[in-house]
Amino acid sequence: MSVIRPYGDTTGDGMVQLSFTLPVNGEGQNLKLAEGAAAQLAQKMGMDPALVVHAKPMGPDFTFFVVYGRVHHLVDTSAVTVVERDYPLLTPKEVNAAVKRALRRRLVVVGGCIGTDAHTVGIDAILNIKGFAGEKGLEYYRELKVVNLGAQVSVPQLVERARAEKADAVLVSQVVTQRDAHLLNTREMSAAFREAYPSDRRPLLVVGGPRFDESMAVELGVDRVFVRGTTPAEVASFLVHRLARKGVAA
Amino acid sequence: MTGTHPTDKLGLDPATVKQARALARKAGRPIVTMAKKHTTVAVERATLRLAGLEGADPDGTPWVNRLLDAVRADLHEDGGLSHGVALPVWDALLRGEADDLAMLAEKASAGSVRFRLPEGKDAERARRASRTQVQRGIRLIDRRRAERDRLIRRYGDAPRTPWVYLIVATGDIYEDIPQAQAAARAGADVIAVIRSTGQSLLDFVPEGATREGFAGTYATQENFRLMRAALDESSKELGRYVRLTNYASGLCMPEIAALAGMERLDMMLNDSMYGILFRDINPVRTFVDQRFSRQVHARAGIIINTGEDNYLTTADAVEAAHTVTTSQLLNEYFAKEAGLEDWQLGLGHAFEIDPEVPDSFRLELAHALLARELFPKAPLKWMPPTRHMTGDVFRGYLLDGFFNLVGALTGQGILLVGMMTEAVVTPWLSDRDLALQNVRYVMNAAGNLHQDFRPEPEGFIVQRARQVLAESIDLLDRIVDDTLLDAIADGTFGLMKRPADAGKGLDGVARKSAAYYNPASDLLEEK
Repeated sequence: MSVIRPYGDTTGDGMVQLSFTLPVNGEGQNLKLAEGAAAQLAQKMGMDPALVVHAKPMGPDFTFFVVYGRVHHLVDTSAVTVVERDYPLLTPKEVNAAVKRALRRRLVVVGGCIGTDAHTVGIDAILNIKGFAGEKGLEYYRELKVVNLGAQVSVPQLVERARAEKADAVLVSQVVTQRDAHLLNTREMSAAFREAYPSDRRPLLVVGGPRFDESMAVELGVDRVFVRGTTPAEVASFLVHRLARKGVAA
Repeated sequence: MTGTHPTDKLGLDPATVKQARALARKAGRPIVTMAKKHTTVAVERATLRLAGLEGADPDGTPWVNRLLDAVRADLHEDGGLSHGVALPVWDALLRGEADDLAMLAEKASAGSVRFRLPEGKDAERARRASRTQVQRGIRLIDRRRAERDRLIRRYGDAPRTPWVYLIVATGDIYEDIPQAQAAARAGADVIAVIRSTGQSLLDFVPEGATREGFAGTYATQENFRLMRAALDESSKELGRYVRLTNYASGLCMPEIAALAGMERLDMMLNDSMYGILFRDINPVRTFVDQRFSRQVHARAGIIINTGEDNYLTTADAVEAAHTVTTSQLLNEYFAKEAGLEDWQLGLGHAFEIDPEVPDSFRLELAHALLARELFPKAPLKWMPPTRHMTGDVFRGYLLDGFFNLVGALTGQGILLVGMMTEAVVTPWLSDRDLALQNVRYVMNAAGNLHQDFRPEPEGFIVQRARQVLAESIDLLDRIVDDTLLDAIADGTFGLMKRPADAGKGLDGVARKSAAYYNPASDLLEEK
């Protein structure tokens, strides 16, 4: 069963469906030409025969198509490789349950933008209940206590507040990157936490921003770097993954 | 757009409805009293904008921020913000410190002007001068409103209700414009330009035409102007007035409202509690800003859209249905207190019940009908499913069809068009086209079905609607006992706990002094 083809209504028929828009006029006598253009694209994509079953002009400049057709490609399931995330992606419910189980108290997250950075877009997208990309932020998670310090937090303030709140994790967002400010600020922050805490008590340090590189965590002295497009669930899942393990061990 | 749906399908008890409104008034009144006693940096900056101060310094900080900050710093020992910005500013102008507001702002930020709180005759002169100048801004808003009425007469209004409401959001105003015009051509009656993520937390309004945003386009005066001009072109081309919507929410609510009035926007998102609950903005700041912004919207003939749909994105849409009704009642009270009329109340609600729940469609129908009959003269803003859109675009298309059907059956005034690619991509051209076909099909096939539709007098729908209303009365009762600020602090709405002495923007709130004067509030309170 390792080599398969798409299935329409008969084993091995290879039938697929596809829809797309082309920037062509499909009105009146232009319709035939437009349909031909769609069939050509489908054929080049490997559909043969390609049946343009629907073409609808959207104004004079665009036409929308639905195409059905057969592909001759074979799928070898034994050759599929999956890149595993090094932690499982959890739903808010699962995150809450995991925190309860491992810590038997709420997990405390302190976040903010450090330095002169006033762009709270990133930290707010992750922390505010409003969230990002249709996902609720960490405030939504019943078992997470979120302290969002907002913009322009100094590193000493951040350390002090993390201590006062007994933070399990510290989230820092950096958008401004002039003269590598994001890297300098992050190094300053991680050094301050290293100085203020014994190594086994230090909260998890997480930074995020559009110009970071995920592979720089060690170099920056933090536990994790998140980049553009990160969702709250990814951050929450990571925190739980790392802290729950620690909590159980402790 | 009202009166097309004479309704009494639920047989709501008038005494119960009256009780609900009385409780909302009772819960809201202390908030209004509190709001009247405070001012905020945003209210004062909005006043400067109405007086004609615009533009920004070379770093992009608006002159209204620069000027206000200078006044506040100079009077720091002497009450700061609590007297309002008008007296110290016009006193400085009358003392000849500068020829106009722009020059004064420039000199103030260079530190070459000292502000003081004028007294006696000086105060009286400053009051009069500020009033004269702010009146020009209010008159501009009046002219823009008359212009809207004229254009609607000239081009015609949207051909039917619900008005079809479509969103554009590229981040680049020059990309938004052709998209908005294409959407109008495809049948949209209302275009909303979504703001850049996080603009609600900026304590200033960005300046100029902007070409970069995060999942949306910044609300700026210039962007407003550009888009309104483009839609005026479309209105002319299409022979119907196409409305423009933006967001008066967040830390700059009053300023955005003033800019919207001056640039003839037609609808504004403006919720009484959204910023508190979902953006952690200080409750006092929000209520003070909200009251002023609603007074401006009332004057400008702008229809507000409230944000109850958001509660249902965080809480369960069946269990929390009564929090929507409660919030609608509060939004109505605050809106009317600020001078808005029924036709300006686009009270929000949404189709967010889990489609796996048995009878979910009947429940949606009951909730939507309740809103319709509780607020018979309000246009109502009907929001599509988002929470249970899974990425299965085919199933999503069906769900949107049922959403449209509830809209048609219950006479919703403003229908935000649902996209089958919700939660997948920002809408493609073809997604919008398909979504509009969905709306057109349902309206064409069933637009008048409400004439035949009578729920069984003691049936499921009627009983469910009554139950939700009863639950919202219970909740209002508790809020009245507890006070609304405490209820918000306790996490009654949308699950968020927001104490009155915390949250963003608290620093920009001041209790008014005995000397406080604000010409804009003065003019807006005179009806």
